[in-house]
Amino acid sequence: MDLTLVAQGLLSGLLFGGVTSLMAVGLTLIFGVMRVVNFAHGDMMVWGMYLAWMLSSRAGIDPYLGFVVCAAALFVLGLGVQRGLVDRILDAPHEMQILLMLGVALVLENAALVAFGPEPARVRSSLTLPPLWLGPLFVDVARLITFVIAIALTVLLGLFLFRTAFGRRIRAAADNPYGALVVGTDVRRVYAVAFGIGAACVGAAGALVAPILPFQPTTGLGLSVASFNIVIIGGMGSLLGAFLGGLIVSIAESLGAVFLAPSMKELVSFGLLIVILLFRPAGLFGKRAA
Amino acid sequence: MTWLGIAALGVLLALPAVVSSYVLTILIFIFFYAFLGQAWNVVGGYAGQLSVGHAAFLGVGAYASAVLAQEVGLSPWLGMFVGGALAGALGAVIGYLGFRFGLRGFYFVLLTVAFAEVCRIVVNNVEAVGGAVGFYITFTGDPRQFQFRDNRAWYYVTLVLMLAATGIVALIERRRFGVYLAAIREDESAAEALGVDTLRYKMLAMIVSSFLTGVGGTFYACYLLSLQPNAVFGIPLSVEIIIRPIVGGSGTLLGPILGSFILTPLAEVSRYYLGQGGWHGAHLIAYGVLLVAVVLFLPEGAYPRLVRLVRARKRA
Amino acid sequence: MSLLEARGLSKRFGGVRAVDHLDLALAEGDLLGLIGPNGAGKTTAFNLLSGFLAPDAGEIRLRGRSIVGLKPHRICQLGVARTFQIVRPFPRMTVLQNVEVGALARHAGTGAAVRVARAVVEQVGLGPKANAVASGLTMPERKRLELARALATEPAVLLLDEVMAGLNPTEIERMVVLLREIHAAGMSMLLIEHNMRAVMALSQRVVVLNFGSKIAEGAPAEVARHPKVVEAYLGEEYVDAAPAR
Repeated sequence: MDLTLVAQGLLSGLLFGGVTSLMAVGLTLIFGVMRVVNFAHGDMMVWGMYLAWMLSSRAGIDPYLGFVVCAAALFVLGLGVQRGLVDRILDAPHEMQILLMLGVALVLENAALVAFGPEPARVRSSLTLPPLWLGPLFVDVARLITFVIAIALTVLLGLFLFRTAFGRRIRAAADNPYGALVVGTDVRRVYAVAFGIGAACVGAAGALVAPILPFQPTTGLGLSVASFNIVIIGGMGSLLGAFLGGLIVSIAESLGAVFLAPSMKELVSFGLLIVILLFRPAGLFGKRAA
Repeated sequence: MTWLGIAALGVLLALPAVVSSYVLTILIFIFFYAFLGQAWNVVGGYAGQLSVGHAAFLGVGAYASAVLAQEVGLSPWLGMFVGGALAGALGAVIGYLGFRFGLRGFYFVLLTVAFAEVCRIVVNNVEAVGGAVGFYITFTGDPRQFQFRDNRAWYYVTLVLMLAATGIVALIERRRFGVYLAAIREDESAAEALGVDTLRYKMLAMIVSSFLTGVGGTFYACYLLSLQPNAVFGIPLSVEIIIRPIVGGSGTLLGPILGSFILTPLAEVSRYYLGQGGWHGAHLIAYGVLLVAVVLFLPEGAYPRLVRLVRARKRA
Repeated sequence: MSLLEARGLSKRFGGVRAVDHLDLALAEGDLLGLIGPNGAGKTTAFNLLSGFLAPDAGEIRLRGRSIVGLKPHRICQLGVARTFQIVRPFPRMTVLQNVEVGALARHAGTGAAVRVARAVVEQVGLGPKANAVASGLTMPERKRLELARALATEPAVLLLDEVMAGLNPTEIERMVVLLREIHAAGMSMLLIEHNMRAVMALSQRVVVLNFGSKIAEGAPAEVARHPKVVEAYLGEEYVDAAPAR
């Protein structure tokens, strides 16, 4: 096995891992706070991609700027979904919550299909720079920019959650919804904002990944499943776990593509998931057991 | 109730004589999805273990029977049981892993999804069974090969499948097995305290459910004559399988049938009409909206609601 | 030989010794009360006896046979039935179906199980509610249902975890009468109870736990005067004097 190839796999996996992490952090935030699994997560992300595509093709706004708009739009969408739908079934059994979110996912995916058609789309960034070379390894600049912005956003989100009063309230609600209720937090507002932020994460992630990943309406399902894998591997409800899990899974898949075959790279993450589910269901960085 | 059942059966038996071929095709899919929903109902409805990976069992059953028929010459009439057994074995593995390690709720959902996805990716990469191109079955129209030229034959085949599965579930429901499954769904620890070997019964439910689903794979293969790994193992198919029993009323005997009678024609008709106008995907939007509406306004499913309505009218 | 016997039973959670070298013995026909302040380890002891928790050390024998390491359902089948302090009815099933689940532990056929269930439902006074859905029951009815399900498994020993909690004095009185009847019919019972008056009225012997260890054992009247027991309950609401919750 060529060592350069492995290193290249590691590197591109890491670079792609930035958006994967951001996506998983969004999912884990929603789950941690509401104990609701956002089955529409990937489809929300696809809408982030299409919004970036529209901004770029209609208004000439580069996705590396447009991601702010996408995040804001998805924040509103997430807030609306929480207020209008999720809020009503917070106490319902798991299967009902899962079905509701499946319904939302179906609507989002097929609305994209109706609006944009089934053909793969891709957003061109105007920042087309030649690849950088790190010795024998090459670094795709688009991937590098995507990675840097995604990591910056994740760090910003972390700062918000750990350093601001409202962020602390969100985390408190995640740790103990009843406790938060007792100390007088407006839990409904915290829930709506948390769902909004979770959706905004994929709004931004979608826009950022649009220049490096061709997409179509059906892309969302795979992304949803990928984010579920990551949060379980990292540890359900653990923000750090989602962040590191995103990097780990992305690198593992990238190496899987090198060692197995590109079409089998997901096998690595599913294999990893099954092993984690069986032997450490709390995840690599999670505290709570299943 | 008995008379109503007999009358309904009579109508179903006579229907092919009067309806058009298009309606017949829709009915075939109604029965087939009702069958799959009933199979899922055993573990997902009665035992309350939400599997969203049942497409894996259908796929294993379909591939096993199709490959055996094409490569070895084994008749699908036998192959369907081989497929069922293989699917049942896969169900046993998934069930053992999930239940042994106490995976519940979302964790179990993900385990089932993960296994289905692993199957999909693996089959996509096994050239011997066609890989990503898919596996194709030669059309002979020979009933011994589980192939029929006449849609009416398919109609009766799927009707029998649906009735057989419903009969099996009815038997389970009235026995200790069924009562125990309901107890497990309602409160697993309480069931365990009352002497219910919860692991054993959940395993049995999973095996019965996956076996039946695997048997259904033979119909899928022989009726459609082509197997695409992304379709037959895909999550969308798993969603199709679970959506009908849940809309109809999961954990009830007639829920999956009612759910299929509601959803299958809706899907077919809207696919047809909306698809004609170039509105690909529009019917699935309607589907999604319906799903949301059911969760919000009819969470126990259509069948229990119907029963209560009828009872209320009788009393009035 | 004791019917149910525990020796040196111990369980820790982290650094906390929830149950510490507990010895218990219950003879055929006994009605033993298990009392102690909140957090004394009573429910943990029940979870150990019924197999919901595995002990770190110690032995549990049912008619001389070790039942340590068996799963809860197996222990139930061998004849130890328990109720839960926080009742756990099967909410969408009827009262009769709830009890039938218990009866199926002894009768494989649903016909026989339903007959047994019906008799038990009558016995605990839930007859008029037999076809009501469990989620609609009142608290006293739920407590009775919890008892009925355990009874329907036809156990050799009944472990009752606070079946009086949440009942008013009249309801407690009725429950005491019911438990006396069941005991008089030959059932051996181990009773966790917070309501002192009820325990004293029912039990032949009382074991007092504090911080996981047994601090006193004997006839109710003796135990109540025991200095260690008085000390353990100091600062606790003295349930005997206070109106029942």
